[in-house]
Amino acid sequence: MKVHEFQAKMLFRDHGIPCPDGAVVEGEADLEGLAARLSGDVFVVKAQIHAGGRGKGKACRDGVEVGRGVHVVRSPEEAVRIARTLLGATLVTIQTGSRGRLVRKVLVENGVDIDKEFYLAAILDRETATVALMASAEGGTEIEEVARRTPERIHTVRVNPLLGYREFQGRVLALKLGLSGEAVGQFVRLAGNLVKLFMAKDCSLAEVNPLVLTRQGNLVAIDGKLNFDDNALFRQAAVAGLQDVGEEEPSEVEADRAKLTYIKLDGNIGCLVNGAGLAMATMDIIKECGGEPANFLDVGGTATAENVAKSFEIMLRDKVQGIFVNVFGGIVRCDVVAQGLVDALSKVKLDVPLVVRLEGNRKAEALAILAGSGLPLIAAADMKDGATKIVAACRRG
Amino acid sequence: MAILLSSKTRVVVQGITGGAGKFHTGLMRQYGTQVVAGVTPGKGGTLAEGVPVFETVQQAREATDANAAIIFVPARFAADSVVEASDAGMELVVCITEGIPALDMARVKNLLASRGTVLIGPNTPGIIAPALHCKMGIMPDMIFSPGRVGLISRSGTLTYEAVDQLTRLGLGQSTCVGIGGDPVVGQTFLDLLERFEADPDTDGVVLIGEIGGNQEERAARFIAEHMTKPVAAFIAGKTAPPGRRMGHAGAIISGGKGTAADKVAALTEAGIVVAPTPADIGVAMKTALERRS
Repeated sequence: MKVHEFQAKMLFRDHGIPCPDGAVVEGEADLEGLAARLSGDVFVVKAQIHAGGRGKGKACRDGVEVGRGVHVVRSPEEAVRIARTLLGATLVTIQTGSRGRLVRKVLVENGVDIDKEFYLAAILDRETATVALMASAEGGTEIEEVARRTPERIHTVRVNPLLGYREFQGRVLALKLGLSGEAVGQFVRLAGNLVKLFMAKDCSLAEVNPLVLTRQGNLVAIDGKLNFDDNALFRQAAVAGLQDVGEEEPSEVEADRAKLTYIKLDGNIGCLVNGAGLAMATMDIIKECGGEPANFLDVGGTATAENVAKSFEIMLRDKVQGIFVNVFGGIVRCDVVAQGLVDALSKVKLDVPLVVRLEGNRKAEALAILAGSGLPLIAAADMKDGATKIVAACRRG
Repeated sequence: MAILLSSKTRVVVQGITGGAGKFHTGLMRQYGTQVVAGVTPGKGGTLAEGVPVFETVQQAREATDANAAIIFVPARFAADSVVEASDAGMELVVCITEGIPALDMARVKNLLASRGTVLIGPNTPGIIAPALHCKMGIMPDMIFSPGRVGLISRSGTLTYEAVDQLTRLGLGQSTCVGIGGDPVVGQTFLDLLERFEADPDTDGVVLIGEIGGNQEERAARFIAEHMTKPVAAFIAGKTAPPGRRMGHAGAIISGGKGTAADKVAALTEAGIVVAPTPADIGVAMKTALERRS
């Protein structure tokens, strides 16, 4: 699960990681009196969406460009004016896709007098089963770029989750970053607090970028990102409460409620598959055959009539131009799946080509059920045959 | 023979009275697995699927000499169940449960590192050795056939797809292991490749990977340096967008790392036959085996 920058900063402050003072605005009412509450001579106005690249992103209103997603301004009045412009604009960044995202919240903060910028992040390292604490003096930039070009500039220590953070680990990193004097102690505490936050809240990523050393000698987190382990939300009620459903794809939220795993993509061929690995492989083979998958959809190990029906409903609403059903019946018998498919299709109006591939236990009986149903579907002998047929059917339109 | 399983494998089912536990205990016994005990707190002294139920794994071991555990308990208790099985001296623990918090598994993995317990999973279909008629898992056993190909996979139904292709081509299997679709799992590709390399009854190995992490890259390096047996591979997720969790908690491209293209490149460079599509996995193994003979 992802949260907004302002929510991440709220949790940072709760865990002893200093952030600039600021306010979140969602509408005209929040803008009133805001100018009077700001102080200093530099202010930062930031669109809050669940995607990166905001600083270089393009914000548009009614098709007219109104600037980037992040602004640095010189007066409180200017900050309020920019915030008003960004609210309700559509922001397109390298991570949003061409449709962009509606800006529904804006963060307005006091500026910070920057001396140096660093990168600091805690992330679960799956190979070593530890929390990797990574730091770099190349803060503020795309850390992926740094990792690719100059991996030696990223320094890592590994925190054993049974032991927790040890202060020497922070000192090791602080010295690698070239910190000295009081900043070392500040960094050791801040890094420890980040790891504590990571473990206490079941994060999968806790990132401060940049972490800034101000000219006054203080370490401040001026941007940050927190991702959480979905599997742990059952014990993180406060975190779960931060979810902003407005940032999610509505059809994905609906699928989630029906216990389907659905991810909307840019293509036109819908696919319905049992199992995550096979679902990914099905998308791949559609692409290999010259088509574009419209979604990832895992109906679970056991495809039932109800979740098959729901899947069709969601895919058809998302305007797919064809559907490929690929089910490997193992413990779940193919004839049961076939009957589920027939029942489901009696409830929805299907006006796009449908290719069905069923394999495994009681396949012959399953094919007989499909043939006897009178449904206008194309049967496929195997996965590749199915992918070829749905791509061809969609081309014919 | 097989890796990890043997004719001496005596299984205790943790969570035997739950829906999935009960159902699969029946299927495992039907197949031939020696299921000797079950554990469900509060249900000790009863029978489930004809198997005696105990309060703890320790009790079960003392009464039945069980030496391997399979776990079906709900996600919020499953990490504890792994530790309980290990504490009771189980040599092999297969955790079927999906949805366990990653940090819990990270702690458990660090704990097990200093012990002899071998953990498979979590979020795995399990392990099966067709010649032994022994399965600790939920896979449909009718598609498997005894033979000399080993298989290691991060997914479930995609594994069945591959096994089905192998069986049709006359390539039976020595042992098939699902390592699990979570970020932190017990046995990795590397651990199992090592076991298959040492297994006199395995001639070649199929490796089915997916996006996320760098297990496949590490496996490629190991194969190039240490494996004498042929390996065929497939990587799922070529079309997966970055930053999205593709069903499995572990299947996510993050920070530009863990892409299918990187993995395919690493495997190809190590001389491994990589199947271009999921429909070509069986043929890829056949090609790899023929190349060596």
